[in-house]
Amino acid sequence: MRKFLFPKTIKPYIGKILLTKFYRMSLKRTILDLRKRKKEALQGGGEKAIEKQIKMGKLTARERIKAILDEGSFHEYDLFVEHVARDFDMDKKVLHGDGVIIGSGTIYGRPVCIFAQDFTVAGGSLGLMHARKITKIMDHSLKMRVPLIGINDSGGARIQEGVNSLAGYGEIFFRNTLASGVIPQISVILGPCAGGAVYSPALTDFVFVVENISKMFITGPGVIKTVLGEEISMEDLGGARVHAETTGNAHFYAKSETECFEQIKKLLTYIPWNNSEKAKAFPPKDPISSFNVEEAVPADPKQPYDIRNVIKGITDGSEFFEIMELFAPNIVIGFGRMGGETVGFVANQPKVLAGVLDCDSSDKAARFIRYCDSFSIPIITLEDLPGYLPGVDQEHAGVIRHGAKILYAYSEATVPKITVIIRKAYGGGYIAMNSRHLRADFVFAWPIAEIAVMGPEGAANIVFSKEIEMADNPEEMRQLKIQEYKDKFANPYVAASRGYIDEVIEPSETRKMLLHALAVSANKVESRPTKKHGIPPF
Amino acid sequence: MSEEYKTLLIHGAVYKTQWTKKFENRTFWKQPDEKEIHTHIPGTVISINTKVGAKVKAGECILILEAMKMLNRVTMPFDGVIKEILAVKGQKIPKGTLIFVIE
Repeated sequence: MRKFLFPKTIKPYIGKILLTKFYRMSLKRTILDLRKRKKEALQGGGEKAIEKQIKMGKLTARERIKAILDEGSFHEYDLFVEHVARDFDMDKKVLHGDGVIIGSGTIYGRPVCIFAQDFTVAGGSLGLMHARKITKIMDHSLKMRVPLIGINDSGGARIQEGVNSLAGYGEIFFRNTLASGVIPQISVILGPCAGGAVYSPALTDFVFVVENISKMFITGPGVIKTVLGEEISMEDLGGARVHAETTGNAHFYAKSETECFEQIKKLLTYIPWNNSEKAKAFPPKDPISSFNVEEAVPADPKQPYDIRNVIKGITDGSEFFEIMELFAPNIVIGFGRMGGETVGFVANQPKVLAGVLDCDSSDKAARFIRYCDSFSIPIITLEDLPGYLPGVDQEHAGVIRHGAKILYAYSEATVPKITVIIRKAYGGGYIAMNSRHLRADFVFAWPIAEIAVMGPEGAANIVFSKEIEMADNPEEMRQLKIQEYKDKFANPYVAASRGYIDEVIEPSETRKMLLHALAVSANKVESRPTKKHGIPPF
Repeated sequence: MSEEYKTLLIHGAVYKTQWTKKFENRTFWKQPDEKEIHTHIPGTVISINTKVGAKVKAGECILILEAMKMLNRVTMPFDGVIKEILAVKGQKIPKGTLIFVIE
C-alpha cells in the first residue's frame, strides 16, 4: 500500500516518522490511562465509604500514612493488586488495592516501611492478596533493616476467602516473629482488630491505641453474649483504655489519632533503626534544675514519692518518655537520654503499691529489658521496693513464673546494666532488680539505702521472736529490737562490705556516676553460652 | 488509680501508697465449701436431671450445662441429698455461679 501513497524519495524516512508519531501518541495515551487507573484505585472504597469512615471519627488510611510520614515522602507499592476470590459472587466485586495500602517513606528523614488497612474497602477485611501485600512490605522492611509501622483497621478475616485468609494471618505472624528483635515493629490500632488479627500486634514491640477508636478482642461482645450469657460493651471489653490499663496489650494510649502519631514519631527518636545500629545521638543537655533528686525522695522508707521525679532529675533536659504508663504503674519503664544517648529506665514506683513486684509489673519490666537488650540500649535500674506482693490472688495468678521473667531478662541481658539503689532493696526484690548477682555492671547506692533480706519490722519479728514473746512488755521489746535491727542492717554498708555494691554515693552525684558508668561501658563485650535459644518462663 | 493514699502491709511494715484498680478489685480467697456446687465455666442450663430432696449417688449427672457448643455434665461429687437447686432451665449463667446446695 505504502508503495502507492509515498514517492520513492521520502520512502526510507516515512516509516520512522510515522512510528515515532504513533509511539508518542500511544505513550501519552498510556500515561493518561495510568493516571485514570491510579485515580480510580486511590478512591479506595469510594465516597460513601469514606464519608462513613469520617463519621466514625476516623481518618482514612492514606490520610493516616501522610500524617505519620514526612511530607511528600510516601511511595505506594502494589496499588493495582486485585483480590483473587471467585466464590460467593466475589469475582464481580472490585476491591481497590484489596483493602490495604503498603509502601515506604521517611520519618525525620529516615526510611520506614508502612502498611495501613483501608476500612473503606470491604471493611479492611483480610484476604489472600491483602495479606500478600502486608507480607511483601514486611519482607522488605526486614531485608532493608528499617522499622515497620502497621496500621490496623479491619473487620478481620474475609470470610469469602476461607482458609486463604487464615493462611494470610499465619504468614504475617511468622514474619512478625522473624523480624522481632531485628527491626522495630510498631502496631497502631485505629479501628477494630478482632479475632486472630490481634495476634500480629501482640507479636510486635509497641502497640498504640486511641480512645473510642481502637477495639481489640478475640471474641466480640455478640458471641460472648450468645455463648456465655455475659453482657459487655465493646468499649469495656476491648477498648483503648482497657488495653492500656488492664490487659497490658497496649503500650501507648492517646486521646486522638493526631496525638497518637506524635507519640509514634517521638518513640522513633529514641530507638535504633535495627539491631546492628545505635539510636541516634542528640546534643547532651543538663537536667532542668527544678528536678532535684535529693528533695524528691523522703528518707522514711515507708513514705511514698513519684520515682519519675528522680528520673527527670537525672536525664538530659529532664525528659522522660514513659511506656505503658497506665498498666502496672508500680513499675515505671521508658526512655530517656544521658549525655545525648538513649538509655532505658526500669524503676520501682513507691507511689503505687509501694513499688512492689507482682505478676503484671514483672511482665512489663521483663519485656522492656529484653527490648533494650535486643536493640543495644543500656539499662538503668532505679530500685526502691519492699519485695514481691504477698497474697493468695498473686500466688494463684502465678507470681512465681511471672516474677521469674524479670530475673531471666536481667540475667540474659548483655547491654550495659547499671543499678542505683535509692532506698529499699529487700529480699527477692533486691536480687531481681538487676543486682550484682545477675551481673549488673555497676551498682550504686544512696546512703539511705537499706539492703536486707526483709524490712526491719518483719525481720525483728522473726529473729527476735523469743525475746519479744518473753518480755514483760512485748510491744516495747519489739520496737527496741526493730531499732536494733535497723541500726545494724538497714544501711548500704553491709552489702558494700561484701562488694555487692560498688559505691555508696550522694544523691546529687547520681547523674555524674551514671554518666561515668555509661562512658566506661561504651564498648562493653560480654558473652553468654552458645545456644539456639533459652527457655524463658513465658 | 485513686489519687489519695492508702496503706499496704508487707512483712510487718505499713507503707503509705496508692492502690491500683486491679489491686482494689482483687478477689479474696475463700475456703471452698464441698456442699456447694458452682459452675466451672459460663454457659446455658440445658436440663436439670434431679429434684430437691432427691437422693443422688456420686457420679450421677445432675445438670447439663452447654458451653462453647459442648454439653457438659455436672455430676454429683459424693452420695447425698439435693437440698437446693438454684439453676433454672434455659438460664445463661456466668462462671462461679452457685447452682446446687447438697447434703
